[in-house]
Amino acid sequence: MAQEDSDSQQSPSNQTPATPRTQTSAPAMRFDPAELLNQDITLEEVLSQAGSGAGHGELVQLPQEEPRNPDALDDRRRSDVNEWGRSEHMREIARRVYDPVYKHWFRVEWEGLEKIPEGGALLVANHAAAVPSDAPVIMHGIETELNRPVYGLADNFFRTIPVVGTIWNRLGGLPAHPDNAYRLLREQDQLVLVFPEGTKGPSKTYSERYQLRRFGRGGFVEIAMRAGVPVVPIAVVGAEESMPTLFRVPSIARALGVPYLPVTANMLVAGPLGLVSYFPSKFKLKVLDPVHFDVPADRDRYSRSRVMDESEAIRDRIQAALYTMLRERRSVWFG
Amino acid sequence: MPDQPPSPTRLTRRATDALEIDPDGPRRRVLVTGLGTFWGGRVAQALEANPAVEVIVGLDTTEPTVELERTEYVRVDANYSILSRIVRATRVDTIIHTFLVMDPTQMSQRAMHEINVIGTMNLFAAASAASSTVRSVIVKSSTVVYGCAPEDPVWFTESTPRSRPASEPIERSLEAVEGYVRDFAEDNPHVNVALLRFSNVIGAELETPLTRLLQLPVVPSIFGFDPRFQFVHEDDVIRSLLFAFNNDLPGVFNVAGDGLLPWSEVAALCGKRTVALPPVATGFLTSPLRQLGVLDLPEEYEGLLKYGRGVDNHRLKNFGFRYEHTSTEAVEAFIRAVRLRKVVGANEPSYRYERDVEQFFRHSPAVRKDRRQA
Repeated sequence: MAQEDSDSQQSPSNQTPATPRTQTSAPAMRFDPAELLNQDITLEEVLSQAGSGAGHGELVQLPQEEPRNPDALDDRRRSDVNEWGRSEHMREIARRVYDPVYKHWFRVEWEGLEKIPEGGALLVANHAAAVPSDAPVIMHGIETELNRPVYGLADNFFRTIPVVGTIWNRLGGLPAHPDNAYRLLREQDQLVLVFPEGTKGPSKTYSERYQLRRFGRGGFVEIAMRAGVPVVPIAVVGAEESMPTLFRVPSIARALGVPYLPVTANMLVAGPLGLVSYFPSKFKLKVLDPVHFDVPADRDRYSRSRVMDESEAIRDRIQAALYTMLRERRSVWFG
Repeated sequence: MPDQPPSPTRLTRRATDALEIDPDGPRRRVLVTGLGTFWGGRVAQALEANPAVEVIVGLDTTEPTVELERTEYVRVDANYSILSRIVRATRVDTIIHTFLVMDPTQMSQRAMHEINVIGTMNLFAAASAASSTVRSVIVKSSTVVYGCAPEDPVWFTESTPRSRPASEPIERSLEAVEGYVRDFAEDNPHVNVALLRFSNVIGAELETPLTRLLQLPVVPSIFGFDPRFQFVHEDDVIRSLLFAFNNDLPGVFNVAGDGLLPWSEVAALCGKRTVALPPVATGFLTSPLRQLGVLDLPEEYEGLLKYGRGVDNHRLKNFGFRYEHTSTEAVEAFIRAVRLRKVVGANEPSYRYERDVEQFFRHSPAVRKDRRQA
């Protein structure tokens, strides 16, 4: 694994998408068709002349103005920040830093990763831990195991924090806006991760662990329907214990303008560092069967009751899967 | 010297290339507002090169700053109180409304309100009069109307509502303008209304708050934020206005180059370093710099320097418009012009409007006209 990583680091084409363009245009520079036209030569002669230079069977490339692909990445870009603000370079650094945490601290185990379909899909999971530990685990896991980027939609509160908001965006985080999800899923066949519980999930206290909160207003189902992609439910066990919230301090949260202010067990152990350190709980993730909606895409509205029913059904399935996994779990730390 | 044909600028020549002129079609009579501004002047120049345009009437409070061959300039007050008379008398069929202030640093709020809101109101009042011959209206608005907030999508489409109510004067002003445009379109279904929303315009000549920021020795940014910006080249702005004119585009269109660039990358393209401003109480803490005139950062741009703004430009592309510049290329065009200006100095336009001379050339029987006619 590490070997592969260092290989990909060295190959320049991996980092700069600029090289292919210059390479393909190089053979076209071999002769000037305008010059040939002036010399009054037949087409066959042109072809043979070109063939002698380029070898048999190679097509003659006339230097013509290519129709510009308006969506092509501009090759004079100075950074690799893509249209969503994600940077593969930053992701690579994050993968290196996070991989030991993923492998040796949380010792993440997946079940059913093969159920994640090829095209676009909306990944939906339960959400926990005061500073959620499940989002990085899911994003890192799918990226390393399936070699596909995952875009995480999160509360836009993230975006307002200096430094954190920018890093979050460079690592594939986006504000949870339906337009973002639609474009990623419908037009770009990407994987998008949402936590329908929103901040209600991570803000709940330890005594309420693994009790799923309300799944918003079912907006995630509506987006998946509109984008014509399946919803893939994921049940996560382990996040709750990685940073358990003992109690909340709503008054200070209001004063600070943050969605919630938890006092976690980690803080009692590590002080303020507790906000960035997790307990080494064992992570187990289970991908459930994808839910396909049998409705036409791109509608303005979908039946409210249908959306709510589907949303509730998905919530029930994740809840049931969690109970099953918890029944089988012998230890919080060893799984 | 007088024999020399008035040289159409690089821009107008390219603009006419894009035209598909129907020589037998009806010739159009166009009213351009804001003739004295950068935009109005260039649109009029481009229209002059189009033989399908019979008459061009340009309105402004100030004299034109570019050389114009056959455009008739009418001096009006800022809010166009005599407009209905002009529309009636000239029987124009098209209005291109470019006289909208987007740069709030250039004038007081009051003056901006007069020009944007009252001017547009009077314009549409004149255009919707019972005897009006107007059949097509093109309005140059801005993507400022989408606002700028943390909950914004990465790409605004034309139908995405803004996330928070408008708070800045410029946003409220443009919102009112767009309200008049909508009302007018609804009340006059026989009139084709195109509303173009332009992203951050940049290019060789135009000066905006953003281009001023990028010409400072170090480029201000806000600590911990690296928002992404979209740009549209000034030539693409003119081309899109003409595209809307030639094709009678209906509805609202975003006009912005492809690609979103992190602000740090924009600075890097310009060969500048960024200097971080405090992320909280930015306005208050930078006010000394503002007082000294070192920093010219309107409040609207603080939000932009935190969250940026991207707009989806697919709708206009789907109608067949092709951009000549991406966001990156627009910034590069700008910085190339800045480098040149640094060496040879600002080439101030040598043209000065002189009423008597213009009247003589346009209307005196002594002047022989050998205009390129279609």
